Amino acid sequence: MATEPVALGSKGSNGAGAAKTPAESSAANSSPAQKRVVNDFSIQVATVNGSGSQSANSVLLKSVFAMGIPVSGKNLFPSNIAGLPTWYTIRVSKHGYVARKKEIEVVVALNPETAKDDILSLQPNGVAVYEESFNLKQYRDDVHCYPVPFDKLTAAVCPEAKLRKLVRNMVFVGVLAQLLEMDLAVVEASLRKQFSKKVKAADLNWAAVQAGYEYAKETFTERSPYVVERMNLTEGKIIIDGNAAAGMGAVFAGVTVVMWYPITPSTSVVESTIDYLKHTRIEADGKATFAVVQAEDELAAIGGVLGAGWAGARSMTATSGPGISLMAEFAGLGYYAELPGVIFDVQRSGPSTGLPTRTQQCDIHSVAFLSHGDTKHPILIPGSVKECFDFAIAAFDLAEQAQTPVFVLSDLDLGMNNWMSEKFEYPTKPINRGKVLTAEELAKLGEFGRYRDVDGDGIGYRTLPGTDHPKAAYFTRGTGHNEKAQYSERPDDYIHNMERLDKKFETIRGMVPRPVVVQDGKSKIGIIAFGTSDFAVSESRDQLKKEFGVETDYLRLRAWPFTREVLDFVASHERVYVVEQNRDAQMLSLLKLDVPAAEVVKLRSIRYYGGLPLEARTVTDELVTQEGI
Amino acid sequence: MATATATPPAPKTNRIGLQVLDYRGGKTTLCAGCGHNAISERIIDALYEMGVQPERVMKLSGIGCSSKSPAYFLSRAHSFNSVHGRMPSVATGAVLANRTMQALGVSGDGDSASIGMGQFVHLMRRNLPMIYIVENNGVYGLTKGQFSATADLGSKLKTGVINDLPPIDLCQMAIDLGATFVGRSFSGDKKQLLTMLKAAIAHKGTVLLDVISPCVTFNDHEGSTKSYKYMQEHDELVSEAGFVPSFEDINVEYEEGSTYNVTMHDGSHLSLRKLHEEYNPMDREKALNMLIEATGKNEVLTGVFYINTEKPTFVELLNLVDEPLATLPESRVRPSKAAFDDIMTRLQ
Repeated sequence: MATEPVALGSKGSNGAGAAKTPAESSAANSSPAQKRVVNDFSIQVATVNGSGSQSANSVLLKSVFAMGIPVSGKNLFPSNIAGLPTWYTIRVSKHGYVARKKEIEVVVALNPETAKDDILSLQPNGVAVYEESFNLKQYRDDVHCYPVPFDKLTAAVCPEAKLRKLVRNMVFVGVLAQLLEMDLAVVEASLRKQFSKKVKAADLNWAAVQAGYEYAKETFTERSPYVVERMNLTEGKIIIDGNAAAGMGAVFAGVTVVMWYPITPSTSVVESTIDYLKHTRIEADGKATFAVVQAEDELAAIGGVLGAGWAGARSMTATSGPGISLMAEFAGLGYYAELPGVIFDVQRSGPSTGLPTRTQQCDIHSVAFLSHGDTKHPILIPGSVKECFDFAIAAFDLAEQAQTPVFVLSDLDLGMNNWMSEKFEYPTKPINRGKVLTAEELAKLGEFGRYRDVDGDGIGYRTLPGTDHPKAAYFTRGTGHNEKAQYSERPDDYIHNMERLDKKFETIRGMVPRPVVVQDGKSKIGIIAFGTSDFAVSESRDQLKKEFGVETDYLRLRAWPFTREVLDFVASHERVYVVEQNRDAQMLSLLKLDVPAAEVVKLRSIRYYGGLPLEARTVTDELVTQEGI
Repeated sequence: MATATATPPAPKTNRIGLQVLDYRGGKTTLCAGCGHNAISERIIDALYEMGVQPERVMKLSGIGCSSKSPAYFLSRAHSFNSVHGRMPSVATGAVLANRTMQALGVSGDGDSASIGMGQFVHLMRRNLPMIYIVENNGVYGLTKGQFSATADLGSKLKTGVINDLPPIDLCQMAIDLGATFVGRSFSGDKKQLLTMLKAAIAHKGTVLLDVISPCVTFNDHEGSTKSYKYMQEHDELVSEAGFVPSFEDINVEYEEGSTYNVTMHDGSHLSLRKLHEEYNPMDREKALNMLIEATGKNEVLTGVFYINTEKPTFVELLNLVDEPLATLPESRVRPSKAAFDDIMTRLQ
């Protein structure tokens, strides 16, 4: 595949991905027309950006899902509107593995620019469906070739020339459905659901699927070794992308003010939020219980969030790395003046503009300490679409309870790809607005100091503008202030305030989601990972056990500041591998700040930062190498 | 305590029973004679005379001498001193969170015309309901006297440095971009500034008041075009304003034909006696042309240049509920379990 050298090239000296496992080697040596492989392979669809392949990919993914087999889809796209190559990978896995897998068993080559590379990247004994005129058979004699006259088939079912481009891709869905022995009724149902409101479009696309199916049935005598068979592993599950899940979470958290600036890959967080808001938060008289503002830039976006949070609204924005950089000054104001707000950072590859459409976990340092001075921010790190939903809700509660900006750190892989998930759960806890004094409470108290630590948790009481009491007002500022929010340059006031803020951060430590720990007490090796690295690490742990007999314990971080369990996990293992998707081992260095000096030597690093989603083999190979196995 | 036969006169109060004291703020830390202090005084007078409940106001500012001034008036109102040039975004969020508040922003020429230009123009464009005062002295005071982007061409610093770049006219920009109440005044002109502030309180959309406010320390000398002396010599009144709040009886001060009478959103009346030939506060193009011509003639026009009471505000455009978004109960901001289940079903 054309993109794979990119991934390998950026792996540095790790050497990961080069070694073949025994299982792979035997597969490579086997001849075509051999055993059937059921529900355990990857399909890659290579098209041109802007050619409308999304619907076809989605129908194929959802058809496999509807047949009950665990499935994941990944869109690998360029930073471009139209014309550059794009790939969509669907992994069908009876084992439930959803991480990226390097090996491709079925390829659909529709892009003349990459077609040769696409077929060359195919596993031996693989399946190649391609546009007939590409004549790809000349490059491989160890794979199954299925040339298809896409234009001719499309023209026959779509008389209107200008619509052909849109339905052409649907032909491959029909071809694959036939070759992979899929249930055509399920494909039709998925397609009709996809075009639920557009009957005409559904009919046209369905005709294209049928044309592909019929063509394959009549033309190809050679059977595909890869097939899909019904299972019942997806019953009751949903499919959603992380950004939509986060947007949904924000809406069910009761967000009222959204201020944002579009940036890939975070844009769909807000677009989904708007969508859900429009469906659920317009009142009977047509009025909105929300305000969404597309700002002039990210500075204004976070400024609006903090202004709204100050005035008492549940406010949010969503951005990615470059936007985070622009938000730095305001983030410090949010920390120091103690203003609630939720910032979703859907990470992409940096530095600078970097690889705007590729994934990484590279904003950990910049977000944790975003802004000048002694500033730090709590970070929630979802590792699944369900957690994107749950943590969005948790972030709003935490922001208002702790009166501080809260960052939710997702990434492009989680945010923009479709994931299968358990159904989400409707929030059971009521919305927690934190310590806000009403006029009645003020009347009872007689007075209040905005930054006074009344409860010993470092979190003061606040009042909202408009509170009808002459003593309610206070002056919010980014300059030095005392307990009563008065301007102060006195060293004792300053230190007192900074120490209270530090105490508040300790309070937050007890409020963030705890890590998920899988530990049997026997293994000497621990793995720490977070976010989307989880998918690869979970599969890698199975590989390590099955292929090398290596048992590992696993801790998945879900927040910073770290909770007690993290230190205990490090303490109870001899070697701890921290897996992350960035060059500088950013999470490892955060851990070093908390882990006792004597134990820091236990920490080892496994990194991948090529911009493609992490795959299990990279983790396995690197761990095996470092273990000297 | 000794008994007294004569009761002291009751302190003067406004229509909501508050004294002018109730509108005061902390002691100013700006220089004695700073134009900004005079503006703070006029703000206090205007709010008092209009009978605005102090708790219903939120004060917003950026960074600079001007942005410190909200500490010196209306202590009973919440105040947010934000970061340099970014008050407009903070104000946008705050107003959307609570549309029932009177938002009062105080900025400066550096804060609005240089570092904050990006946010300034977008605020004007949105017609967010708020009063936005620029205390304009053409100079950076807190960093001890560098030119700002509103300093006039040829204007001279104390150090002898001459400004060789043309000034930005914030009023022109505001009118062009969509603000709906735009005027300029001079911190030393008590009557005009007070009248304009009172009318501003009655207005619903974005009010931009560019108030020339000489910096006595760094920019009030011969050669400065933002000095008291220069303003006294070059201030050219466009109109003479009279304002009748909605709670007072209307009396027509000016003869017809030379007067524009504008009915404000709350029923107040703003009468503008025409002094300048080209003057028409409803005509956007004419107002802009008048300002451009004045710049060429080295005149500093003051008065209300432009009013539009028809254009919808940002809050109206967003069709927000009447109550503050900030304090809506959970039942109105968390969609129902049924709505949730429906979404889950569609995702299956």
